[in-house]
Amino acid sequence: MSEAVLSIRNLTVEIPTRGGILRPVDQINYDINRGEILGIVGESGAGKSMAGNAVIGLLNRPAKITGGEIWLNGTRIDQLEGEDMRRLRGKHIGMVFQDPLTSLNPLLRIGDQLTETMLEHLDISRDKARKRAAAALDEVGIPAAAQRLDSYPHEFSGGMRQRVVIALALCAEPSLIIADEPTTALDVSVQAQIIALLKRLCRDRGTAVMLITHDMGVIAETADRVAVMYAGRLAELGNVRDVVTHPEHPYTDGLMGSTPLASKGLKRLRQISGSMPRLTAMPEGCAFHPRCEFAQDICRAEPRPKLNGGRSACHFPIQQPAEETA
Amino acid sequence: MLAYSLRRLFQSFIVLLVVGLVAFSMFRFVGDPIDSLLGQERTQSDIERLRGELGLDDPFVVQYGAFLGRAVQGDFGLSYRQARPVAEIIAERAPATLELALVSAGFAMFFGVVLGIFTAIRRDGFAANAIMSVSLIGVSLPTFLIGILLIYLFSVELGWLPSFGRGDVVDLGWWTTGFATGSGLKALILPSITLGLYQMTLIMRLVRSEMLEVLRADYIRFARARGIREKSVNFRHALKNTLVPVITVTGLQLGSIIAFAIITETVFQWPGVGLLFINAIQFVDIPVMAAYLMLISVMFVAINLIVDLLYFAIDPRLRADRSGGH
Repeated sequence: MSEAVLSIRNLTVEIPTRGGILRPVDQINYDINRGEILGIVGESGAGKSMAGNAVIGLLNRPAKITGGEIWLNGTRIDQLEGEDMRRLRGKHIGMVFQDPLTSLNPLLRIGDQLTETMLEHLDISRDKARKRAAAALDEVGIPAAAQRLDSYPHEFSGGMRQRVVIALALCAEPSLIIADEPTTALDVSVQAQIIALLKRLCRDRGTAVMLITHDMGVIAETADRVAVMYAGRLAELGNVRDVVTHPEHPYTDGLMGSTPLASKGLKRLRQISGSMPRLTAMPEGCAFHPRCEFAQDICRAEPRPKLNGGRSACHFPIQQPAEETA
Repeated sequence: MLAYSLRRLFQSFIVLLVVGLVAFSMFRFVGDPIDSLLGQERTQSDIERLRGELGLDDPFVVQYGAFLGRAVQGDFGLSYRQARPVAEIIAERAPATLELALVSAGFAMFFGVVLGIFTAIRRDGFAANAIMSVSLIGVSLPTFLIGILLIYLFSVELGWLPSFGRGDVVDLGWWTTGFATGSGLKALILPSITLGLYQMTLIMRLVRSEMLEVLRADYIRFARARGIREKSVNFRHALKNTLVPVITVTGLQLGSIIAFAIITETVFQWPGVGLLFINAIQFVDIPVMAAYLMLISVMFVAINLIVDLLYFAIDPRLRADRSGGH
């Protein structure tokens, strides 16, 4: 494998509350390599976005990193603060948010938002920045890019705005992009275009991508590897093909069973009974055991199962392809 | 845009007509001006002669029509009490009120916006909390009490500033100004603070809450995620979005500064239009009262119009509607 752009080691994010300390991200580990797309899936509240925000240093107080390390291109960044972290954002880590309709400042021309970002991070003149802004818009597929520089965000459609957002995230050529549900707010037909665009741009530049989504379909099409998160913990981590076709963790299996995929044909979708434990009431041992059909006594006791370099954090990983047993 | 402006202008005109009618008809019931114009030693023939001269025996509609006809030409008739043209009396008094309003509006806007931004950005800081607490005083104390307290402190106890009047004014023929002399400037301080304090705290609280709202917006997060420096996030991205709703309220507040100068002018015996109005009420000087009311409503309508047009300057989304039209 090539060198890792991003390495997360035992990352833990905690929120102190009156009722005790909540742990929305609990000792997770993963690497993302150059040009690789790592999909992060999980239900709402599984800690996917929280982990992304921790990497880019945009955790909302009182949430904060309380353990572990984040390495970006060989530099430790989880302890950086204020100005140092700001200089990193945009320049080395770009971010794409969920809703393109609210991600752009409605009162600033998109050309100004682009040049502003470039002037912040790159040592170039205003004229040069404007030329590069036009090129950046052209690259994300905005027609007549040079003329659209003076347009305001409201003059674009949702899909076009997400293209602008991507251009903004990439304009200082960061080595890592965190895309937090980049297609969730878009029409299905536009989703595919945006995903294809993101994939192409990152392949071309060798940008690593952390693709956060709850849409298994998007992950299956886009990502190289996938990390499945459950209740703040990593349940499974592996190549997309392996995880999708032969999930090891019962939770991943359930997640796959509940996702309509063309390859599976027309079958009734399964559902995982129960719901994810609340952060205020985490069970002992494996967080999934109350919902797991294979749960044994060992699952209910500490120490809980961990990945430890393997694929899944489970005492009883599924050996057979799930589709044949279902 | 033009159609919009014309429509607004027409609406303003209707508003003025209605205000004129209300002012004119209501004042008919305030009292009989003949009583105050003629002393105890009046005869019936005196009364009837004066009634005829003033047109008080004409039908209501005729009186109103005559009033409007003259008002449009800037002629509000003769003051019953001073027997001089009302327009002349108001023109003589207006500079005092306008200078006072200008200074207090400037004071209110400058400190309101600056403190509003400060308390929003440092919302958990000690200074911000202290300012917010103190600002409650500005909101809850009545104007006359603030005026009296200021007089007590700075005029009576410390003797730094005059307690009444405009000080020395310079007469420019068409305008009298207190800005040109030391005593004129000193005399402006206390009344301006008294008049502007309420507006200042109001603007400050409004700016603060709007700014806090805007700082939570996605585009602010996205600007941060692009590594835009904090100063630029606050003052370029956030402030502009904050100003849109702030302008409306501030505009209306400026109108009320002029309208409610009455109390401040009374406390400080400021020789402006407000004091003139109070005196006019005591003597049932209808032409003066009517003219004052018309003047204030013209001012409000004009400010409203300007505020609406300012939106176009600030918010590009409104400008886009000019072609669409609805």
